[in-house]
Amino acid sequence: MEIPESVKKRLTLPAEEHFYAGHTACQGCGASLGLRYVLKAYGRKTIVVIPACCSTIIAGAWPYNTLDANLFHTAFETTGAVMSGIEAALKAMGYKVKGEDGVMVVGWAGDGGTADIGLQALSGFLERGHDAVYIMYDNEAYMNTGIQRSGSTPYGAWTTNTPGGKRHFLEKRHKKKVIDIVIAHEVPYAATASVAYPEDFIKKLRKAKEIPGPSFIQLFSPCPTGWRSPTDKSIEIARLAVQTAYFPLFEYENGKYRINMPSTRREPKPIEEFLKLQGRFKYMTREDVEILQRWVNHEWEKLKKLAEVFG
Amino acid sequence: MPIRTVMKANEAAAWAAKLAKPKVIAAFPITPSTLVPEKISEFVANGELDAEFIKVESEHSAISACVGASAAGVRTFTATASQGLALMHEVLFIAAGMRLPIVVAVGNRSLSAPINIWNDWQDSISQRDTGWMQFYAENNQEALDLILIAFKVAEDERVLLPAMIGFDAFILTHTVEPVEIPDQEVVDEFLGEYTPKHAYLDPAKPITQGTLAFPAHYMEARYTVWEANENAKKVIDEVFEEFEKRFGRKYSKVEEYRTDDAEIVLVTMGSLAGTVKEYVDHLREKGVKVGAAKLTVYRPFPAEEVRELAKKAKVIALLEKNVTFSIGGALFQDFSRALVNQKEKPILIDFILGLGGRDVTFGNLDEVVGIAQKAIAGEEFEEVNWIGLRKEIL
Ligand SMILES: Cc1ncc(C[n+]2csc(CCOP(=O)(O)OP(=O)(O)O)c2C)c(N)n1
Ligand code: SF4
Ligand SMILES: [Mg+2]
Repeated sequence: MEIPESVKKRLTLPAEEHFYAGHTACQGCGASLGLRYVLKAYGRKTIVVIPACCSTIIAGAWPYNTLDANLFHTAFETTGAVMSGIEAALKAMGYKVKGEDGVMVVGWAGDGGTADIGLQALSGFLERGHDAVYIMYDNEAYMNTGIQRSGSTPYGAWTTNTPGGKRHFLEKRHKKKVIDIVIAHEVPYAATASVAYPEDFIKKLRKAKEIPGPSFIQLFSPCPTGWRSPTDKSIEIARLAVQTAYFPLFEYENGKYRINMPSTRREPKPIEEFLKLQGRFKYMTREDVEILQRWVNHEWEKLKKLAEVFG
Repeated sequence: MPIRTVMKANEAAAWAAKLAKPKVIAAFPITPSTLVPEKISEFVANGELDAEFIKVESEHSAISACVGASAAGVRTFTATASQGLALMHEVLFIAAGMRLPIVVAVGNRSLSAPINIWNDWQDSISQRDTGWMQFYAENNQEALDLILIAFKVAEDERVLLPAMIGFDAFILTHTVEPVEIPDQEVVDEFLGEYTPKHAYLDPAKPITQGTLAFPAHYMEARYTVWEANENAKKVIDEVFEEFEKRFGRKYSKVEEYRTDDAEIVLVTMGSLAGTVKEYVDHLREKGVKVGAAKLTVYRPFPAEEVRELAKKAKVIALLEKNVTFSIGGALFQDFSRALVNQKEKPILIDFILGLGGRDVTFGNLDEVVGIAQKAIAGEEFEEVNWIGLRKEIL
């Protein structure tokens, strides 16, 4: 459908669309929204690399296809390596890669494919300094295989392999700070983003494109199916993740930290606000909630300090 | 003019890669192959080879990066061995399924445990169901030639399959032999300017590669890999012929040696073929009717040529440096498959030897021939024999 110019002018997101309707994500899926935004920001001169994850399915089964851009499906742990190969080949053929008018090589991997099995390939990709953008869409578990914990699953979450029970066997580890691992590689650009703040996400995607070298974005992507949350609450949950400082929005650019609005607008809301909309947290005891709250506070204070000292 | 010089097989492989002018090389060190990428990085550093060299953090990433680069439309190359090739296993299927003509040099080495860095073929033989073509070199010249040949076959529109070239750890990888380096211009003519003939990621014409295929489509996709392997049989013959015309060296999928009136034919691959041919000469002097055959191409399996060979012998003895537990060697299975429905067929006897770098001696081969002669005489024999086994330390 053609969007009238008068409407276009008022849009806060690019009008162009390279993610077709008819994809196979669940209702309220954050990942499908996120991928759509990526293509809005980068257009069709993009090569998207997708490992085994929900997006394998979302992108469509042969002969159907959701993306109006090059799409390369690869093995679960290989995103960083395949991106490296594609980038090197494009350069060898004389293409401009990244930057204005450059071809975009984008890794689009889940939290499992990034925080766990793909961490090594990600590290190699970052370290070698390839001109490409790696996006970890973070739905905090292995959703494609039926909701198992990943390194990115938060404390207290129910998943099918942290099911709770007589021995109270919920996830006992705090969320792995993948972005800190990425920053430890001294990358030129790393950021967190959320599907609840698409303008901020698009801004970061554009920066990730402009700044030479490897960029990394960790995108908070609600998954109603895995989080046991109402499909119409995905955006609200994602917003609360930011407002409670559970998933603050920030950027790391050439050694400097910057916390992005609205993360700092006011004091963080209590973590219960974020938890209560999701069935996956319903088995947490009051003590569990306190433990998670303390972790959130601690991480938030740490981030504020970093922004203060290295801002 | 071609240059006659001496070098290790690893260097010959690096030279072959340089002559083929791949645009992307991604490699990770492993004994005994390390020297291949090392030498290539020197070529790149000196500006003798215009390519991107990706220093990946593992073999899994090496082959993944080659997959990415090949899918983007350039010629790619890597080298590995043993654990490194085993680590690549998952991605090898992907490369073949996507029909990417990647070429990999393999310094054939055993697999752990126990840890052992020496020669056998278990690493590449274990990749035989991945859809990749497999060539085995008898000497360093063959290592160089077969890499060039592999590129040509792999990139043929009728084939479009990745290929690996095996050459024995240390026996070849680290042994200096005379090698002729062909002229760059002749290689350029032979291989031609690289243009991808498979579906590739053109930024101007988006496609999807490697997509999810439901049961309604998966089998057909796999069948195309079967077909490509079948097509490769003919293409390999054509390329061998063209290679001979341009470079003067003759190759065939199954190379026979003094088989004409042979009762026993010793079949093997790789550098062991050299030993076996010498042994055949030695027995022939004593009047024993024995011949030899070498498989230069292991995948696609040259069943036709094997059937022809089988017509000549009473016993085919398979000498192989690999094992499929509870079955025997891979060649034994493959030969069985080629001959099972033939009306007349020789006796097949399997000999597992030389694992983990153990020398194969004339004494071992005497034992092989002894068992074969017993079989001809109608005596009982074991189908699978471990030769040179030190029973006293078991
Ligand atoms: C080597 C390998 N191991 C396991 C799997 C099975 N597998 C496919 S997707 C997946 C989980 C993906 O989780 P994540 O990366 O978080 O993406 P999501 O499905 O949550 O979107 C697993 C375990 C696989 N495809 N490959
Ligand atoms: S399971 Fe979750 S991530 Fe996967 S498609 Fe459904 S909502 Fe999206
Ligand atoms: Mg996930």
